[in-house]
Amino acid sequence: MSERRIISRDDAEHVARLAHLRFTEAEMTDCMEKLGSILEYMQELQKIDTTGVAPTTHVLPLTNVFRADEPGETLPRERALANAPAREGGSFKVPRII
Amino acid sequence: MTEYLTTIGLEFHAELKTKTKIFCSCPTDAGGEPNTHVCPVCLGLPGVLPVLNRHAVELAVMAGLALNCQIAEYSKFDRKNYFYPDLPKGYQVTQYPMPICHDGYIDLPLADGAVRHVRINRIHLEEDAGKLVHSGEHIQDSHYSLPDYNRAAVPLIEIVTEPDITSAEEARNFGESLRLILLYAGVSDVRMEQGSLRCDVNISVRPADSAALGVKVEIKNLNSFRSVYRAIQYEEQRQRELLAGGGSVVQETRLWDEASGETRAMRSKEDAHDYRYFPEPDLVPVVIDAAWLAEIAEKLPELPAARQQRFESELGLSHYDAGQLVISPPLARFFDAVYTLFPEAKTVANWLLGDISRLLNESDAELDAVPLDASEFAYLLSEVKKGAINQASAKTVLEEMFRQGGKAAEIIAAHGFAQISDSGALQAQVEQVLIANAQPVADYRAGKKAALGFLVGQVMKQTRGQANPAMVRELLEKALESEN
Ligand SMILES: [Zn+2]
Repeated sequence: MSERRIISRDDAEHVARLAHLRFTEAEMTDCMEKLGSILEYMQELQKIDTTGVAPTTHVLPLTNVFRADEPGETLPRERALANAPAREGGSFKVPRII
Repeated sequence: MTEYLTTIGLEFHAELKTKTKIFCSCPTDAGGEPNTHVCPVCLGLPGVLPVLNRHAVELAVMAGLALNCQIAEYSKFDRKNYFYPDLPKGYQVTQYPMPICHDGYIDLPLADGAVRHVRINRIHLEEDAGKLVHSGEHIQDSHYSLPDYNRAAVPLIEIVTEPDITSAEEARNFGESLRLILLYAGVSDVRMEQGSLRCDVNISVRPADSAALGVKVEIKNLNSFRSVYRAIQYEEQRQRELLAGGGSVVQETRLWDEASGETRAMRSKEDAHDYRYFPEPDLVPVVIDAAWLAEIAEKLPELPAARQQRFESELGLSHYDAGQLVISPPLARFFDAVYTLFPEAKTVANWLLGDISRLLNESDAELDAVPLDASEFAYLLSEVKKGAINQASAKTVLEEMFRQGGKAAEIIAAHGFAQISDSGALQAQVEQVLIANAQPVADYRAGKKAALGFLVGQVMKQTRGQANPAMVRELLEKALESEN
């Protein structure tokens, strides 16, 4: 299946970069194969004639699920920060970006 | 020399005036301690389910109606994926292929009397990002950032125009006009300096004889419409010079630097715009049927253009005066409230644009934040009209009501401002003045009619300004003519 190259090496590396993921050579090959099989299945689906079928935008038979604009409880700050890998005072602390 | 044409499109973000965030019940008020207006939903913790704020939908529809948009009967949400620490989930919930409003416009009056029809491509609902506080003086020398998620998931509408704008002047006018419409519609506070209204500019320049649009540059970090104006002028010039010198414009995002008056290229990653949108599975689509749409339309207040039109054609105000009132919603509302009780539009407008505007400027206040009451002010104007109080005293009464509130009648009485309009009382004053001023009386009778003014002044002085001047003049004339 992998020799059919549904997903190119460049595409796979691009997707990994966007997801901030770094792979070993073996992992990359594995990912390409798995992604490839998903895409292959999509190609199967695309063969189906959908003429006259309305596009699906959501799988649930529901619309208009709302809440009223009324304030509710917030999380105490200590709990909000409880899982933060790093913090400073009342804030999360993250590496500088750009 | 080659002539160049400029093409501009604008993108606005306006925070909606809801009490709570778009998908959770955290409050939207600014100014809280960092990370205190947060909950598992807006922090993007695992296993949570967002639920859409109904009022945010209504405000977005209201904005759409105010901007002449089509309202989508069916719209839905999507995830826009990118990593930035102001975005706790690693994606922003927004609307991509199916926005809630589309195809609107603003007709912008131009200086020469013509109208620029600026089309609005779309308005979509989305969540705001948090704020990053940087550790150093400048973002460049800070080593880490401190995200505050109080603003994360505050509801926003993004309004995108078509590239129908051709100059810095038009862009500024469009921005101001859009701001006023959103303010009248009551959908947002639209305070640019506080970030509840933001504006990004897309601008390209091309030689006049070229049909294809030039390369587009995006300008960000614009904190006022003055900055929008200045940044466009700068960028227009920069791109023209580049093209004239045989160079080419690079498609990029540039940041406006208010202090230096320049735009600078923003360092960005090549992948920054690969957002991999996909449908948000946790939120169900929004359907706005005719009944709900009518209910929202019913709540839409009078908009600036309609009010301007009404002030001019129904009430007979000049274009300028009407415009001065319309530009300030509190002033215009106050005008309407006073006019209902004292239906002389020109007089009410003169007071509002004269003395009341002066008082507002001096105290740097908005009219809805001072204790002056519209019905008391209308009463004051009717007393002036009746001649029960003179103009100068009325100004004093107005100032007192402006600063401390209170009832006009009580303030008039307390100051003894009631004008003497009783002819018996005035007649006695007139006679005293005639006796005390034999020379001017003789002058008048000898044909020097100017002496009358002096005699009126004497009566006014004697009554400490409380005599009705028109009656004094009349009584004096009668006395001087009859005894001639
Ligand atoms: Zn929340």
